Amino acid sequence: MSNILVEERKVVIPGEALAEGLDYLPGENTYREDNKIYSKVLGLVSLSGRVIKITPLSGPYIHKPGDKVIGQVVDILFSGWRIDTGTAYQGVLNVKDATTRFIKKEEDLSKILGIGDFVIVTVTNVTSQNLIDLSMKEPGLKKINGGRIIKIGCNKVPRVIGKKASMISLIKDKTGCEITVGQNGLVWIKGPTPEGESLAERAIKLIEEKSHQEGLTIKIEEFLEQNKL
Amino acid sequence: MIINKDLVPELASQGKRLDNRRLDEYREPILVETDISWTAEGSAKVQIGKTVVMAGVKLSIEKPYNDTSDEGGITVNAELLPLSSPEYETGPPSIKAIELARVTDRGIREAKAIDFKKLCIEPGVKAWFVVIDIITINDDGNLFDASALAVLAALKSAKFPEVDPETGAIDYKKKTDKSLPLTKEPLTVTVYKVKGKLMVDPNKYEEQAYDARLTVASDSKGTISALQKGGFHPLTAEDISQMVDIALDKAKFLRGKLNQSL
Amino acid sequence: MVYKQRLDGRKIDELRPMEAKAGVIPNADGSASFKIGKTWALAAVYGPRELYPKFLQDPKKGLLRCHYGMMPFSGSGERIRPGNSRRAQEISMVMTSALEPVVDLSAFPNAVVDIFVDLPQTDAGTRCAAISAAAIALADAGIPMTDMVSSVAVGEVDGMVCADLTYNEESYEGIVSDIPVAMLHKTKGISLLQMDGEISKKNLVKALELAEAATEKVYELQKKALTEKYVRDQDGKGNNNGKSEYEPEFETEDSRE
Repeated sequence: MSNILVEERKVVIPGEALAEGLDYLPGENTYREDNKIYSKVLGLVSLSGRVIKITPLSGPYIHKPGDKVIGQVVDILFSGWRIDTGTAYQGVLNVKDATTRFIKKEEDLSKILGIGDFVIVTVTNVTSQNLIDLSMKEPGLKKINGGRIIKIGCNKVPRVIGKKASMISLIKDKTGCEITVGQNGLVWIKGPTPEGESLAERAIKLIEEKSHQEGLTIKIEEFLEQNKL
Repeated sequence: MIINKDLVPELASQGKRLDNRRLDEYREPILVETDISWTAEGSAKVQIGKTVVMAGVKLSIEKPYNDTSDEGGITVNAELLPLSSPEYETGPPSIKAIELARVTDRGIREAKAIDFKKLCIEPGVKAWFVVIDIITINDDGNLFDASALAVLAALKSAKFPEVDPETGAIDYKKKTDKSLPLTKEPLTVTVYKVKGKLMVDPNKYEEQAYDARLTVASDSKGTISALQKGGFHPLTAEDISQMVDIALDKAKFLRGKLNQSL
Repeated sequence: MVYKQRLDGRKIDELRPMEAKAGVIPNADGSASFKIGKTWALAAVYGPRELYPKFLQDPKKGLLRCHYGMMPFSGSGERIRPGNSRRAQEISMVMTSALEPVVDLSAFPNAVVDIFVDLPQTDAGTRCAAISAAAIALADAGIPMTDMVSSVAVGEVDGMVCADLTYNEESYEGIVSDIPVAMLHKTKGISLLQMDGEISKKNLVKALELAEAATEKVYELQKKALTEKYVRDQDGKGNNNGKSEYEPEFETEDSRE
């Protein structure tokens, strides 16, 4: 007989038993052994139909095609740039994926993107050895100018963005800042003033700290109101 | 990944910082806890913002050096543990660790903070030697100031271990209530120059973007016992004068924090 | 049998008071503090991150590396000279073997997960405390693990088979054996087993039985340390039946800009 051993949204640690019997299917971050399904990470139980998965509360960012990420140029290659996304793996941005403009062969690539520059890019391909291909061609993707960059845990990104981007819109609204959240946990904040940027930064750090609490949207609203510029 | 490297000087030139602090403001909280390690003769843990440093004092009895046969001595050692930052690797001390140890050492030694003659047990035969170890736990910038504070707190709260009167062997498990002969209480404050402006207590991002720094060790009377200039840009005499003023003022502030905790 | 009552009055299977906390070092990807009696271990996990030199890289999975160290002022006698002693190197190695069986780094080819454990003070059971702390730090870092590893030393002190020996018990007059054990929670598999001293087979079996119950107690503490960060309610008091108040909305597909 199949049996669920935990409740939805329970915090579980690696090796904890989630379900027994063959009616349930092991989803992300779980595994099946003999008759039972176990958790593989520290996270929250999430049940969707017959699939049990664990949503991790921490952990490294795993590149996925389609993800928008923020990275830093660390090397200039023959026909592109090497980008550090703050993970164990660096991505490559090819010249042909960086711009629609025609780039001559002898053109100095460092004039387009120099070492140390930050960029907003999309992950286009990930190989089995975690070689990452990036693109900067779609609208919204570009080299970053001005503003500041902060780092948050990549698992907190959905919380910072919020349902239908509600949370991030709230912060943008109340601080007057332009904010881009990379799925890899790097966030770019550009405001009319450093004080506005600092307020947005503190609000985002607060979300990261209290991400497991209820009524977070109200708490952030209050925080922004109390500290308004 | 070095982030906000250009932003720090840009803000500083306007008298601003990333976290909205004033240029002359230390982070909160500043916490000092002593006796954190039962195996050390003296120990302390200091937190400044998110930077956490531990200091431990170990005592031993050795033969004095030939040229100072009626004196004991001190040594200061620093370890930047890999556990405290992704920047640090295992292996012998880096130049950063060596500088931290030597600058903190001079602050204490040159202030004659410990009366070495009082550490002597039998001239030419045996004396107490004090070894202070600075161990980083989380490096979020400003190890200089956090370390000096931890070392002073550890020295102040250290107690001699018992010595068997017959065999002369040290019983480390038993502490006496005798403290170290501390005559002065030197503290270190490091002042940073960024785009012409002077600031204290940089976090790890600010530490990657400064022009020059001056570490000043001083005692409670305002006597300077050590100076160390760092960074690749020169300082003017005017800069130095201003930086020393700031350092003396902030040393008073840190001393207050220390006394609150002891 | 001379040792009839333990020096600190504990029962045979009683462990010293323990304290464990996760997420204590902000710079690290995962971290933990684990105290058992007067032995205190701090662990930090950095990784997965780039691995150099290149010849160490494994294209099939990430590498797990443990580094054990005692702070110079953490020994019960003289100062310990800094540097990677032979003892520390061996402990680093057995720590890695103790954690390897449960860690799954197949998603991180060519990368490394480094675990650094340093002890500010010690009173026996150091490698066990290091392993218990490291396991919490790994889970805190979100590293995929199939199980938790819990570790405690058992042994025999002059005829008495007991759990969690102190330094005084290890150096007790008479026949003593010190047996550090690390156990996987789910399977009860033993991933660390060493022994120092003299013991009969009969008492060894008894000691290993004690180890099962003892490591279970460590497990409960490790679990609490990991979950308490997320399970506190708004006022910071008490437990919500292990449920997190994470609102489900964060998981939706439209949480993208």
